[in-house]
Amino acid sequence: MEFLRPATWDEALAAKAEYPTALPISGGTDVMVEMNFDVHRPSAILDLNRITELTEWTNDGSVVRLGASVPYARIIDELSGPLPGLALAAHTVGSPQIRNRGGVGGNLGGASPAGDAHPALLAAGRDVFVEAASVRGTRMIPIDEFYVGVKRNSLAADELIRAVHIPVADGPQQFSKIGTRNAMVIAVCAFGFALHPKNGTVGTGIGSAAPTPRRAVEAEEYLQGVLAERGLWESGDLLGAEVIQKFGELVKAAASPIDDVRGTADYRRHSLAVMARRTLTWCWNDYSKQIRSAA
Amino acid sequence: MRVTFTANGKPVEADDVWEGESLLYVLRERVGLPGSKNACEQGECGSCTVYLDGVPVCSCLVAAGQVQDREVRTVEGLTDENGELGLVQQAFIDAGAVQCGFCTPGLLVQTDALLESDAQPSDNDIREALSGNLCRCTGYEKIMDAVRLASARKCAGKAESE
Repeated sequence: MEFLRPATWDEALAAKAEYPTALPISGGTDVMVEMNFDVHRPSAILDLNRITELTEWTNDGSVVRLGASVPYARIIDELSGPLPGLALAAHTVGSPQIRNRGGVGGNLGGASPAGDAHPALLAAGRDVFVEAASVRGTRMIPIDEFYVGVKRNSLAADELIRAVHIPVADGPQQFSKIGTRNAMVIAVCAFGFALHPKNGTVGTGIGSAAPTPRRAVEAEEYLQGVLAERGLWESGDLLGAEVIQKFGELVKAAASPIDDVRGTADYRRHSLAVMARRTLTWCWNDYSKQIRSAA
Repeated sequence: MRVTFTANGKPVEADDVWEGESLLYVLRERVGLPGSKNACEQGECGSCTVYLDGVPVCSCLVAAGQVQDREVRTVEGLTDENGELGLVQQAFIDAGAVQCGFCTPGLLVQTDALLESDAQPSDNDIREALSGNLCRCTGYEKIMDAVRLASARKCAGKAESE
């Protein structure tokens, strides 16, 4: 096995081109588990810790460009304003020690359906892009096209994740996750929800209840329709139990979970409907308050 | 491969390190610092917690090659300048927070980090900060007592020195 330690991003891309089967490592919170248990023995390890730009983020007022290795602890501390959904999700990742090391790039690289960042990224809007780069150039991969199978993503063998581009929140966002305790939990299932009042859309993200993280597209369309038809974006009036119930049912229908050691498919469907109703209610209550206080 | 780094303020060097080896293994087996404990090897238990460049991390999840030229501080480095037990270490003993002792090194480092950032944490803050450190003996009550005691002593020490 080789241990590659590029000092710059260009060196990292050159190394990945030369060793396409090299496994990138940054926080190591996933990669080292596999290494310790000998689940996976790559031909080479590509350490990205020396590339400090990966731990930086910028915010131009409309989009946050989040470096792949910004640790979850800093997302919570520094980005809960512009990225509230992702910050809430980050808070449920592992433990303080894990959040000090792990970042969104690793979640995306691993592409586990249980990754905590995914539901929040999906819910954050259609304009979330993974910035993937290789010696051939840079690609902006829409988040909807990024996850292609269980622990598989759409990166080419010579590509590395440099950053994620996420729109700054223009409305309330929530994240909810089911597990046996508050820390060190791989999600039984998870749900991210966001209101996007500027363009009259809503975002959803389902975790751990399908082969890949996915949206509940019909639930989004249904809710957008109701909000537009009844003028609720303008009034901030109550949604009513029927709408909330129907939204929960549509989210549940969008999942295709399995029975496994963490929970049954039935339980996952049930809890997704509950989380969908709750996160919608929380977000809408916050939004209503904003509308009323502005009026 | 060879890995050189700083451990508890002293330069150390490890040879014949396997590329997939963890920092924890290097500390325990190659540079004579067995204080950090190896329990789960997957970041679940926190027994291997060390400071890496001042940030507490699970050393079992850091690849040895990643610490080249960096600073590591282990539980052995929590003693004061005279080699006497540090404030957090003494508080754990005084509060009876050590039973089998396997989780203790990780709890000490994580508590040290907590009190560095917040000398007077609430009980909820303590539970949150220690949520990645598992103890199977104490039921955590004595550990909570120890952190509160360390916090009180630290604040008293600060007040005295002011």
